[in-house]
Amino acid sequence: MSAGRDDDGRGGGGMSAGRVGIVLVSHSAGVAAAVAELARGLAGGGDTAPVRPAGGTPGGGLGTSAELIAEAARAVDGGAGVALLVDLGSAVLTVKALLAEGGELPEGARLVDAPFVEGAVAAVVTASAGAGLDEVAAAASEAYTYRKE
Amino acid sequence: MTETAGTYGTEFFVRWLEAVAEAVEREADRLTELDAAIGDADHGANLRRGFTAVRKALEEEPPTAPGAVLVAAGKQLISTVGGASGPLYGTLLRRAGKALGDDPQVTRERFAGALGEGVEAVSRLGGAAPGDKTMLDALGPGVEGLKVSFSAGRDRAGEGAAGTVPLRARKGRASYLGERSAGHEDPGAASSALLFAALAATARAEAADGTRTDGEGAA
Repeated sequence: MSAGRDDDGRGGGGMSAGRVGIVLVSHSAGVAAAVAELARGLAGGGDTAPVRPAGGTPGGGLGTSAELIAEAARAVDGGAGVALLVDLGSAVLTVKALLAEGGELPEGARLVDAPFVEGAVAAVVTASAGAGLDEVAAAASEAYTYRKE
Repeated sequence: MTETAGTYGTEFFVRWLEAVAEAVEREADRLTELDAAIGDADHGANLRRGFTAVRKALEEEPPTAPGAVLVAAGKQLISTVGGASGPLYGTLLRRAGKALGDDPQVTRERFAGALGEGVEAVSRLGGAAPGDKTMLDALGPGVEGLKVSFSAGRDRAGEGAAGTVPLRARKGRASYLGERSAGHEDPGAASSALLFAALAATARAEAADGTRTDGEGAA
């Protein structure tokens, strides 16, 4: 399922080719979309790494949708890996269950242990700068260490 | 009757999941009420959506082995439930299905072992342990009982679910409530008990109605 996407990403020569893709999974479509917008904006806008929100259920309710997650992951997969950031509960468990299955998410998709908003900003900034998946994941996780008081 | 005595084929597992779907349909309001007390009041609706999808998938593409039935059902639950019970029940059934492999007939003991592997996978996925007031408090005893008999599985799972009432939740949304989560039955444990009750009912119907299978079990 991911093979064609890899080809698309590498062969397309688009701006995002070769960069790590970011998927933001929230219980709420609004939260996922707003955090994606925030992260893109703080990354300087313009030519950022590919970011897709996967929020809520397909019907527009609160919850987690495996289909929306898989769709978003395929959309941002340019062959350099996909970092999935999640909010809580079923978002965490659904991504873990999809990764355990294999074949449902692109090769190189990874659940990143990070705070949702801060981690998303760190991930998009580093991925946009051309960092690899390990570096993107580390930057997002490191956001946990920033204390606010 | 084409099944070897004491073994269960594809049809049995399909009937079991249909029985679960019916039980979930019947009990959806109760599950949602339990969830309203300590969760977000969607457990009944979520499971109903999930098991309706399971039924449809099993009808449209009938699997050819018990393990394949469980894997297909698990996949549907992960895709369609929309809450934490989706990946948790999905992992339970999928792992159990994988443990059964392609065998066309399995014994109760073998199924209990496979379900036990599923329970371990659920525990790893959710990071919960027995006593945390989760579905594991019914699933674990249910599997132990199933090693003895179908009815023991039903009874132990039911006792396990009832035993979650005084517990304080340590996982999931209910854990935010702290002490206030005590005094309510855990909705996940309650739905887990339904799985074992449906299993015992399916086995009883099979035993009582053995001549009716007309070779259905031959798959």
